[in-house]
Amino acid sequence: MVSFVDEFRQLPWRSLGERARTASTAAVRASLGRGTLDLTDLAHLLSPAAGDGLEALGRRSQALTRQRFGKVIRLFAPLYLSNECINNCRYCGFSRDNPILRVTLERADVVREGRALRAQGFRHVLLVAGEHPKFVSQGYLAECVGLLHGEFSSVALEVGPLDADDYRRLVMAGADGLVVYQETYDRDVYGAMHTAGPKRNFDGRLETPERAYAAGFRRLGIGALYGLADWRSEAIAVAAHAAYLLRHCWKAALTVSVPRLRPCAGEFAPPAPLGDRELVQLVCALRLFLPDVGLVLSTREPARLRDGMIPLGITLMSAGSHTEPGGYTGAGRERVHRTPRGRTVPVTASAREWVSGGERGGIATGQFQIADERSAAEVGALIRRLGYEPVWKDWDAALTA
Amino acid sequence: MFMSVRNQPWRVAGREFQSRLILGTGKFASPESMREALLASGAELVTVALRRADLSGSRDPFANILEFIDAQRYLILPNTSGALNAAEAVRLARLAAAAGLPKWIKLEIHPDPRYLLPDPIETLAATQTLVQEGFVVLPYINADPVLAKRLQEAGAATVMPLGSPIGSNRGLQTRDQLHIILEQATVPVVVDAGLGAPSHAAEAVEMGAAAVLVNTAIAVARDPVRMAEAFRAAVEAGRAAYESGLPEPQGMASPTSPLTGFLD
Repeated sequence: MVSFVDEFRQLPWRSLGERARTASTAAVRASLGRGTLDLTDLAHLLSPAAGDGLEALGRRSQALTRQRFGKVIRLFAPLYLSNECINNCRYCGFSRDNPILRVTLERADVVREGRALRAQGFRHVLLVAGEHPKFVSQGYLAECVGLLHGEFSSVALEVGPLDADDYRRLVMAGADGLVVYQETYDRDVYGAMHTAGPKRNFDGRLETPERAYAAGFRRLGIGALYGLADWRSEAIAVAAHAAYLLRHCWKAALTVSVPRLRPCAGEFAPPAPLGDRELVQLVCALRLFLPDVGLVLSTREPARLRDGMIPLGITLMSAGSHTEPGGYTGAGRERVHRTPRGRTVPVTASAREWVSGGERGGIATGQFQIADERSAAEVGALIRRLGYEPVWKDWDAALTA
Repeated sequence: MFMSVRNQPWRVAGREFQSRLILGTGKFASPESMREALLASGAELVTVALRRADLSGSRDPFANILEFIDAQRYLILPNTSGALNAAEAVRLARLAAAAGLPKWIKLEIHPDPRYLLPDPIETLAATQTLVQEGFVVLPYINADPVLAKRLQEAGAATVMPLGSPIGSNRGLQTRDQLHIILEQATVPVVVDAGLGAPSHAAEAVEMGAAAVLVNTAIAVARDPVRMAEAFRAAVEAGRAAYESGLPEPQGMASPTSPLTGFLD
């Protein structure tokens, strides 16, 4: 079967990377003026020369975003189901060897967390879990989707890759979206970052969105995690991946996220940090290359930067997020434990008190620290002040199985 | 705005409309600005994406777009945007009717979320089902004359061919096909999508389209109210011109006082 893996191997990475590093101002201007951009144009727009003319890039990105999406920002919230994981990823707080506090939400916990998010206004939810066949089985995920399908207009998933049959069951249960980040499109860096677990399979992960589409998912989310490898090369790769998916998975609504590494357990220092100005350039360049693709900015980014990027090309945002299971209500806190070498080891009551972040919050460890701590209502009000409408519902459960 | 009273009304499924401008409700910066633009446009028919609305009957404050559209003033035309196939569109239409919305449906089945081009096969199938169930069906289609005929045979109340892809602001790229659809039509033809400027809307109505549907050009304008007024004036002017008898374009100049006039 044809997949993006074949195309990925054949792309002229070296010449595209060279252009992204050294494009002239004239090349940037020419690419900026074109109606339909190819990867060469994108490389030009990612260049330092394009960065010098960021305002022009921003204006073009803004105009295009308004035309295609209007003056609206769609809102969603992540709901972390579990922070158990069998992978070791050097940058991730959930890595199996990190001695963090772990928990997997039970049915009642999931419903409680879901209702708390609904009460805040969210109608689109993203279920997130670490990769762990024992704690986070396909059956468990299908059950969680089923519990929330009636409560939310749209239920999406960001979980470890599954096979096509498992994906079909999740679609049947009512899931409509699947998010899977490649993390880094640089094979060498990928190998160095993912030191143990099934996530080491680079090609398998790269094919996941296509598998999910074939199984019936209607929305696909992809992205690189910026900070691991050269951001310009990552952006070219993610754009090539998006362009492939638009051709082959033509009925799916595609989103591209632009997460940057945040501080987390394990204290990993990003080897190739992406600056604020460069993040803005990245978003604008992606918008020009992918005029109709949703661009997602999460609460990883601080308020000031998020506010500034609303009029520039972002179309989807999370708000008021927690990255620990039980974070919205404290659900599951009595079962928090450690999982050294796959065994569940209880945490004493006094230790739970010691780590408690308050009466109501979750006490399991989060995946990373969020930077924009404003509530959903505050973010909604801010979006309105900026002259955009916050949209909470833009899907209907009737459109899903 | 004086011309509207002199232009003829048009009818869909026995219902009369004076305004020939139908508005879409997506992409606005706020529900308040949408409400003002609707008012300024003089529209009597307003379409709403069901995926944006609350269909549960619980008056969801986070999906309250319908509360900004006065159902006394406008006929709300629910649309099935987001539906991938006939089954989904039919499901949405039934839900909308069950939620108390008018049994009118603007059928939008566009599986490709980028260009939003309508699927002709699924659209025909959904039209057949919904007409049988008593819906007034207004299908959004590509400018395909044969499909337009097939839909009319299936009982569609109008056909709504596109001028160019939704949101593209490119005007009547399908002009030649639209002429054939208009020439053969037995129901009102509404040009839907791609009208980026009042002149595009005027041109569609001058050609004989019964009405036009506009959304993006008004919603994302710097001043949506003034843009709504501009479209309203253009549509009224276009219709007045159509009713007055537009001259055929000629290949060469022809004097207004013919040289052989004295022989008459």
